[in-house]
Amino acid sequence: MSDLRVDRTVNGTAAVAERFERAVALLRAAVRATPVLAAVLIAIACTPPVDRRPADVLVVGQTAEPKSLDPHVTTALNDFRILVNLYEGLVRFRNGTLEPEPALAYRWEISEDGRQYTFFLRQGVRFHDGAPFDAEAVRFNIERMLREDHPFHHTGPFPLAFFFETIESVQIVDPYQVRFLLAEPFAPLLSNLAYPTGLMVSPAAVRRHDLDFGRRPAGTGPFRFVDWEPRRRVMLERNPDYWGAAALPRVLVFRPLTDPMTRVTELMAGGIDIVTELSPDNVALLRRDPRFEVHERAGPHLWFLILNTREGPFRDRRVRQAVNYGVDKDALVRHVLQDTARVAAGPVPTAFGWAHDEGLEPYPYDPERARSLLRDSGYGDGLSLRLMAPTSGSGMLAPVQMATAIQGDLARIGVDLAIETYEWNTFLAKVNRGLAGQADMAEMAWMTNDPDTLPYLALRSRAMPEAGGFNSGYYRNPQVDSLIESARGSTDPAERARLYRELQRLVHADAPWLVVASWRQNAVAAQGLEGFALQPSFFLLLRDTTRADP
Amino acid sequence: MTGYALRRLLQLVPVLLGISIVVFFITALLPGDPALAILGPYATPESLASLRAELGLDRPVWQRYVVWLGNVVQGDLGRSVTLQRPVIDEIAERLGPTLLLAGTALGLSVVLGLAAGAVAAAHRQRWQDNALTLAVLLGISTPQFWLALLLVLVFAVWLQWLPASGMISVYGGGDLGDLLRHLVLPTISLALVATGVLARLGRTAMLEELSQDYVRMARAKGLTERQVVYRHAFRSMLGRMMPLIGLQAGFLLSGAVYVETVFQWPGMGRMLVDAISTRDLLLVQGGVLVLASAYVLVNLLADVLQHLLDPRVRLR
Repeated sequence: MSDLRVDRTVNGTAAVAERFERAVALLRAAVRATPVLAAVLIAIACTPPVDRRPADVLVVGQTAEPKSLDPHVTTALNDFRILVNLYEGLVRFRNGTLEPEPALAYRWEISEDGRQYTFFLRQGVRFHDGAPFDAEAVRFNIERMLREDHPFHHTGPFPLAFFFETIESVQIVDPYQVRFLLAEPFAPLLSNLAYPTGLMVSPAAVRRHDLDFGRRPAGTGPFRFVDWEPRRRVMLERNPDYWGAAALPRVLVFRPLTDPMTRVTELMAGGIDIVTELSPDNVALLRRDPRFEVHERAGPHLWFLILNTREGPFRDRRVRQAVNYGVDKDALVRHVLQDTARVAAGPVPTAFGWAHDEGLEPYPYDPERARSLLRDSGYGDGLSLRLMAPTSGSGMLAPVQMATAIQGDLARIGVDLAIETYEWNTFLAKVNRGLAGQADMAEMAWMTNDPDTLPYLALRSRAMPEAGGFNSGYYRNPQVDSLIESARGSTDPAERARLYRELQRLVHADAPWLVVASWRQNAVAAQGLEGFALQPSFFLLLRDTTRADP
Repeated sequence: MTGYALRRLLQLVPVLLGISIVVFFITALLPGDPALAILGPYATPESLASLRAELGLDRPVWQRYVVWLGNVVQGDLGRSVTLQRPVIDEIAERLGPTLLLAGTALGLSVVLGLAAGAVAAAHRQRWQDNALTLAVLLGISTPQFWLALLLVLVFAVWLQWLPASGMISVYGGGDLGDLLRHLVLPTISLALVATGVLARLGRTAMLEELSQDYVRMARAKGLTERQVVYRHAFRSMLGRMMPLIGLQAGFLLSGAVYVETVFQWPGMGRMLVDAISTRDLLLVQGGVLVLASAYVLVNLLADVLQHLLDPRVRLR
């Protein structure tokens, strides 16, 4: 009995030993082969890399994987950069401006009362899937977003559908004429139609791919969709049936590179041609390098502090003006933001050239004036204030560094500022609730596509947080209210511009916000890239961009 | 033998349960509201409330844990809210690249590390030993993030021999050579520290083996020093090293988080970083759970291997 057991063990051990012997031999061979392996690796390394791309293939370094390629579903700028090459809207922003010009509609008429918009559509335009573009397609696009009983409303949600909520109905006048009937005059409609939410998708493709449309897009643009490989690329190719001048690049590749450092190294290694949203340090580095060209452009963006006008010291306009005088905005832009923004004066950013008031100067840095205003309002001995800031966030630039710099400036005029920082989404929830009971000031930033949007959502007395608006500082000025409403109802751009200028002066004097700066978008392109320009909309139109092969 | 493996497998149950508790509660404590992260600044209070209810965020945390664990046991890790797909599908796609990277790095560090350790021990106190010890010290003390960036700078930016990031070229590419080229820099970045650690431990293990009676016996038999070291002692050293190699495999899996981010490698590490920044809790929980389980399993495997290979351990 015991003999048997021993025997089995010995046999087992022998088998194991044999296996072990083999493993050892293998490992020994591997050790001996190390120089050979190294040689092979070096040989692979020394062969020229295969990804030397042809000159007509452009690669763009994106900040993230797209969320969706359905222009009505996504709200991310990162996705818009792809979409504007794939789709077109009835109108588009004229090159280098934020002014709508004809696109798929070659002209339009607005009725006297501002409640009827008639668009005349370009004929012979086809979607990438072959379906024709006509009035029926326009109606499908608008109604899919707006009408809950639309058969394809479930392909949403459509978070920016409110851009078009004043449209009561869409009438087909004839196959190439479509009319929007509005519940009330709504001047921003054209800007909203020029925004990616107004891009026209192929109804046939939506019907065919249903929920999957966002991954298999079809528009009318100069490029059509090829593939979307998660974490690797979105690839587009030249649309051979494009109605306008054919695109110059044959292929566009959009590459998600979430790590900012990797975006820079890939650009330097020649792996990508254009990269956006680089940090100030990297922009400074690449600016000195002759192999790259830095593009910058101030966008329709505003970075400001909301002041709590309902309770505390900021009920007094003089205190609000005092902090506006007491913060050195030039220094903030130069040293904290490293020139990635420019000082702003009021609620309408300079990018809205037509509506921006050129004559309006930002509050100059004048600590003496600030101190005297504080003395006049009874705070000669100083005061304590609370500021809420996010740790990061969309369009917030460098929120914490900005807060500490502002804290330093305000200390010099006798204001003791306490800073509370929050994670971005928590911060938004707190601020959108309104500042009452929470703080005297809060950082905020907005990107908009029409001068109406920000005042309408954040400065109107009917847009208080209790009413679901974003007027978190409770600013109230009946004159401003009526200017916003009139400008919204006016169909004459010159008249609208005049109203917005008046509004900017009133808001400037009332100082409900401490307006600081507008973000300058940057893009860095490899030298030799021609026909590339950054748009104030921050979109990336690549139809006319070419690369000269070195 | 089978009994040993089974016993060890059973011991895994409480360990994995413990992991699940830690993973779940740490992620539940993350600041930030996932519902707000998903819906963004345009969210209305009603849509937020309904999404919170849908995600179960309105229930107490222990209830959420029980529900989650019940699903996990059935192989359902939930649905990623940002990716709009089952977590398990996403992990299935991401695990391959991570295992490829960590596996290559492990292979490289075992071969180089053990070889260096054995050579250093065999030439104890001579120039080979000194040179290797110095190299190992450098390897262990090199910060991974610095090495990764340095490698990219030298080989991708300056020399342009190798791609700076990604697993497959974005245009063209896709063949084996393309994959290997993309694999070189991340593998080296990931393997260096593990190589150093294994070399140092390997040297000690080999020195211990060389002081054993069987080595003296082998020398007395008249075998050459080469035969003694590389045939007899190396075998025992390998068994002794098994659990340590298992530990390193675990470290390589977690080290992949950083290396994958720098090289934009489409694996679990980058998935976790993205998931954390978008507050995709179920994806974070699923990902960490899988990585932690892999860690535990690899170490179990190493112990079983040692048990199988080293007669001294086996007969104990």
